[in-house]
Amino acid sequence: MVDLASQNLSLDASGRSRRARRKPLPRWIISTGTIVALLVAWEIFGRDINPVFGSYPSAIAVAGWELVASGELVRALAESIQPFVLGYAMSVVVGVPLGLVLGRFRTVEAALGLLVTGGYAMPLVALVPLLVLWLGLGFWVKVAVIFLMCVFPIAINTWLGVKVVPKPLIEVGRAFVAPDLVILRRIVLPATLPYIMAGLKLSVGRGVVAMVIAEFFTAISGLGGIIINAANAFDTARMFVPIVVLMVLATLLNALVGTIERRVAPWQAEMAGNHD
Amino acid sequence: MGEVSLVDVTKRFTSGVGAAAHTVFALKRVSFTIRDGEIAVLIGPSGCGKTTALRVAMGLEQASHGHVMVDGREVHGCGYDRGMVFQHAELLPWLTALQNVQFGLEMKGMRGAELHDTAMRYLDLVGLKDSWNRRPYQLSGGMRQRVGIARALAIDPKVLLMDEPFGALDAQTRESLQIELLDIQARTGKTILFVTHDLDEAVLLADRVVVMRDGELQEIVDVALPRPRGDIGRLRSSPAFGEIRYRIWKALHQAPDVVH
Repeated sequence: MVDLASQNLSLDASGRSRRARRKPLPRWIISTGTIVALLVAWEIFGRDINPVFGSYPSAIAVAGWELVASGELVRALAESIQPFVLGYAMSVVVGVPLGLVLGRFRTVEAALGLLVTGGYAMPLVALVPLLVLWLGLGFWVKVAVIFLMCVFPIAINTWLGVKVVPKPLIEVGRAFVAPDLVILRRIVLPATLPYIMAGLKLSVGRGVVAMVIAEFFTAISGLGGIIINAANAFDTARMFVPIVVLMVLATLLNALVGTIERRVAPWQAEMAGNHD
Repeated sequence: MGEVSLVDVTKRFTSGVGAAAHTVFALKRVSFTIRDGEIAVLIGPSGCGKTTALRVAMGLEQASHGHVMVDGREVHGCGYDRGMVFQHAELLPWLTALQNVQFGLEMKGMRGAELHDTAMRYLDLVGLKDSWNRRPYQLSGGMRQRVGIARALAIDPKVLLMDEPFGALDAQTRESLQIELLDIQARTGKTILFVTHDLDEAVLLADRVVVMRDGELQEIVDVALPRPRGDIGRLRSSPAFGEIRYRIWKALHQAPDVVH
């Protein structure tokens, strides 16, 4: 009987890999194709526009090279990334446990649920002047802006994830007399991981936006500083350089979170049948 | 020892809110005793309260009135004296088969080599020793339920509570698991309370069949078939099997309000 069952499994596995090999176009080719097509179109039509009102890829590349050669871009990137990493890390450390207890304990949900939902919709830009009064113009106000922008989506996603953990899985914990905190750590947390990871990905984008906002409204510095200085000088091509860098950065960070997800929750991708 | 009693158990559920709220009685003053070492099967149409009775016995559901006794002692909530096998196995998808079996043991406080060896022994008992490193999605439905059984047995409970554990399996897998369960019960001598809506399964497994209807106990039917049950194919087609099956069928279809 065991034999039969294991034969079944190996059949399954070979069937799946054959299907994978028959796949026509790898994803990265399609993605690259879209980007190349967009760049070519931009290059062709962008050249006709007054350089104050718009720019085009080759001009941006030249401006980018100048910024790299002068060392400005690397310095600005380093300046921007430090508060980002700290603010983002703090939002994970606070947001995930907050979401877990929100979803699991009715009292906490009743006490803090509205605040978290409201906090997510908080017009952060409007609060920046106040934050500046509290924290000054330097490093910490940037950390605070990034933290406030990231912590709510992480907490809310985690909270929602806890809400949809199948009840029988929690009953497994109860049936084996597991204490509440053990159920939270050993059952609810792993079951919620896909939602947590989605929250982390969502927050990468928001965190990058928060970083630029912070650099606009506090001490002008970092990548946001280059944007605003170039814009004030009507140097549009130069202004686009940090924007492109930020988009690439956010995409890479997203991919990084995806890699971490496959590390900590390999069963998730395998269950869904995503092997690439 | 492993004797379980439901004593005068009533279970009320309230659904809806405010003016729309209404109370449903899932169990109405149900009492029965499962003797040490026997297999008792709870049978009835869906909504008859059989699963609720099992969940009350397990402690996952609190009785509105009445209580549950294990070996003469009243119990509250879940405990290691009872092991639960869930309807759809409910393995933790991020753990391997071995880790799933270890889960209950860890909760019970077992650690180290003893933990590994005990879990392995129970995986072996259900014939899955070689699949110890597979995750639930890599196992067939039948294999998953075997792991579920191993997980419940591993904590060495006095009573095994099984909630339609083979209901979602195909006929052949179900039959092989039924045979295996009989075999495991013969070897371990565990008391088993088994919920099903399948008449054949009830007769095949049970020493006694508890027939339920509308939250009430309808009848308890003794299954006077020899143990071990031997050749199941032959047993199924024997007149004794058919006779008992018919008696349970009649108990299920007896409409108390219709008089001929």
